[in-house]
Parts: sequence; C-alpha cells; structure tokens
Amino acid sequence: MNAAESAWIPLALSLKVAGWATLIDLVLGVGLGLLLARGRFPGRELLDAVLTLPMVLPPTVLGYYLLVLIGKRGWLGAWLYEQFGIQLIFTWQGAVIAASVVALPLVLKAARAAFEGVDPQLENAGRVLGLSEAAVFFRVTLPLAWRGILAGLLLSFARSLGEFGATLMVAGSIPGRTQTLSVAVYEAVQAGQDGVANVLVLITSLTCIVVLLLAGRLLRGSAVR
Amino acid sequence: MSFEVDIRKTVSSPGRRFELQVRFTAQARRTVIYGPSGAGKTLTLQAIAGLLRPDAGRIAFNGEALFDSGARVALPARQRRFGYLFQDYALFPQLNVRQNVAFGLRGGWLNPPRDAGGDAVERWLSALELLPVASQLPHQLSGGQRQRTALARALVAAPRALLLDEPFSALDPGLRDRTRDELDRLLAQVDIPLLMITHDPDDLQRFGEQVLQLRDGAVGG
Repeated sequence: MNAAESAWIPLALSLKVAGWATLIDLVLGVGLGLLLARGRFPGRELLDAVLTLPMVLPPTVLGYYLLVLIGKRGWLGAWLYEQFGIQLIFTWQGAVIAASVVALPLVLKAARAAFEGVDPQLENAGRVLGLSEAAVFFRVTLPLAWRGILAGLLLSFARSLGEFGATLMVAGSIPGRTQTLSVAVYEAVQAGQDGVANVLVLITSLTCIVVLLLAGRLLRGSAVR
Repeated sequence: MSFEVDIRKTVSSPGRRFELQVRFTAQARRTVIYGPSGAGKTLTLQAIAGLLRPDAGRIAFNGEALFDSGARVALPARQRRFGYLFQDYALFPQLNVRQNVAFGLRGGWLNPPRDAGGDAVERWLSALELLPVASQLPHQLSGGQRQRTALARALVAAPRALLLDEPFSALDPGLRDRTRDELDRLLAQVDIPLLMITHDPDDLQRFGEQVLQLRDGAVGG
C-alpha cells in the first residue's frame, strides 16, 4: 500500500467521526447554550465552567474520565453492556463520544454568546405579533444567532478532526476501525514511515485551514450585519 | 374602549430595586401615560401587552381580564391582539420591509418570503408610503421609514388597540413634529384606540384626550 492509499482510510474515518461528533454537539451545544444564555437558575456559571472543562483539561485526563464512565466496567458502560450488549470502548462510536466531549465547549460558548447577542425586544416583537414561544425561537432567535452557532460548529468540526489524546485512550488505534488521522500520524512516525506521515500531516493541515477560513468568514459576517 | 390596570411588580437587578404600583382606568380613545424616564412607564405598557408578568393585580381590556392574579388568568401576549410600537421599533434586521409587515399574518415556524404579499400587506405598504422601500432592509431605511414600517407591522393584523412606547424619541428633533402630525392624521383615519407612554410634553397636547401621570412607579391623576 502506498502513502496516499494508507492515508485515505484514516481520513475517511476521521471525517466520519468528526461529522457525527459535530452533529451531537449541534444538538447539545445549541440546547445547553440556550439554557445558559436564557435560563435563570442557581449554579448556571458552575455548569458553564464544568462544560468548558474539556477545553482546558489534558486530553488524557478527559480520556480517563470517559473510561470511568463508558468503559466496560464504567458506570454507564457496564450497564450498557449488561442490558444491550453494547460496548463503546475500542469502537469508532467511542471515538465519536470522545471527540464530541472535547469539542462541545466550542459550540456551547459560541451558541451562548450568539443567543445573548439577540435583542430580547425582537423576541418580544414576535410575541405581540402572535407567535408561540417555539415560533419565536425558529423565526426570530435562531435566524439572528445562526451565524455564530455555525462558526462554533466549524471550529468544533476542526477540533474533532484533530482529536488525539482522549480518542486514543477510549478508542485505541485499530487500523481501519478506530485509527483516525491524528492517531495514524503518531503511528506512522513511530514506525518510521515518514512518507505516510507527510501525506497525513498535509491533509490534516489543509482541512483545518479550510474550516478555519470558513469560520472566520462567518464570524466577520455576523459582526457587520 | 377601556383599560383597567391595577398591578404590582418588583423588578430587581444588581444594584437596583424598583417597585411598580400602578392603578388607573383609561377610558378615552386616546390616553397618554406621562412621566419622566425611569418612572416605570415601559414596564406598565409591557405588562398590558403581556410581555411582563406582574406579581399581583389585574389588567382588563373592555371588561375582559387579560391578567388576574386572583383568578389565575394570564393571557399570553400572542392572544391579547394588541399592536405594539416599540421605542426603537424592534424591526427584524434580517427581513425586508415587506417581510416585517407581513410577519404577524403568517403562522407557523417559517418567516414570510421576500415577496410576501396579500391585500392587507399591500394596503398598509401603500398607506404608509412604504412601497418604494418594500424590498429594503431596516438598516437601509430613514428613521421615519423605520417608524412607519413598525407601525404597518403593528396595524396589519387589525389589533384591538395600539400601544405606543415613546413613539418619537428615536427620531431627530427636526423630524419629530412632522412625524407627530403624520401619525396623528393616520391614526385618526384608522380609528383605533391607543395608549401611549411618553416623557415628551408635546405628545400630551396632541394625543392626550386623557392624561395619566406616572411618577416613581405610582400613578397620579
């Protein structure tokens, strides 16, 4: 197998993992971002801090937490295995969970800021014009916040694509099954396959640059309006 | 028409605590609530519109209870069918004039299309001289055009009454008198009951068939 071919499989896997992780973060990040922006409850800032932890904790610490939670003998993992025979460790689904946890703060922060930037008076205008609360969200709040949310999603996609530490601990490095791009780079360097490593590194960098350019463009657009 | 208002509300934000206690009956077709800024005028208007929930009391329009803490009535804003002209107009910035005007006529979870029409929309766009700017976005409009767009948006669904929050304060002083004349003429044609809050004495003479003074969260005669 030449370098280009051996790069294709981990790239496809990485895109799959990052795609699913971003989808999960879309739902969780928008929901929690709205809760943090609009909810009035004690412990709101504590919740924000806890949810931001994945951004600052060493990935190995995060990976360890995830093993404690979804490992074969973890709190959730043991139950899932006994009840449904589901095992998340050493699967690509496990990698999705690791990536979505690591990247969640990026969506969450962006969504919270975007929702807080929406003038409440505009939502009030929607209410007096006859809209239900759900309609106010979809017709007023979301259209005004989506640029910021989308920028956060792109960052989260880029972050998921590059996720290494927690993924390695939770999903391992099984070629073709859980060996993502970033893990494959590590393995290639360890094995002295510099040609493979060069291709992998180039692909990763290019993909991330494209995503960051898109995110920057969206953020600038939302600032002008 | 008549508004009966008798409400209490404590609003607290860090470093500020405000007690609103308002009680009045507005029976004139045009009533102005007059008072300095910070007296609780906007809070009162929001409570009437259903945008602010009082701690206790009662709000009724033509005898129908909109809010009654004793009887556990609290009609949501969307069911009160009032037009509301916001102080800064609160036009939807991503929608053009036509879409803003058609906004309240369209139910569901989607905004009206860019070329939204219909008899009522066309009539109000034309009545308020907005047809030439119908496809422009709010930030492209002049202050007067913005106000007329907000007014068309509020009136298009034939509300039971029009609530106006400092309708001229966002305009340049030079434009204020002219706009006041225009609004006066227009509202006389529409013949809709109105309740206006203002701190501008000039609004009193023009719109205040009945005037209520609001000071430090309490209403005087």
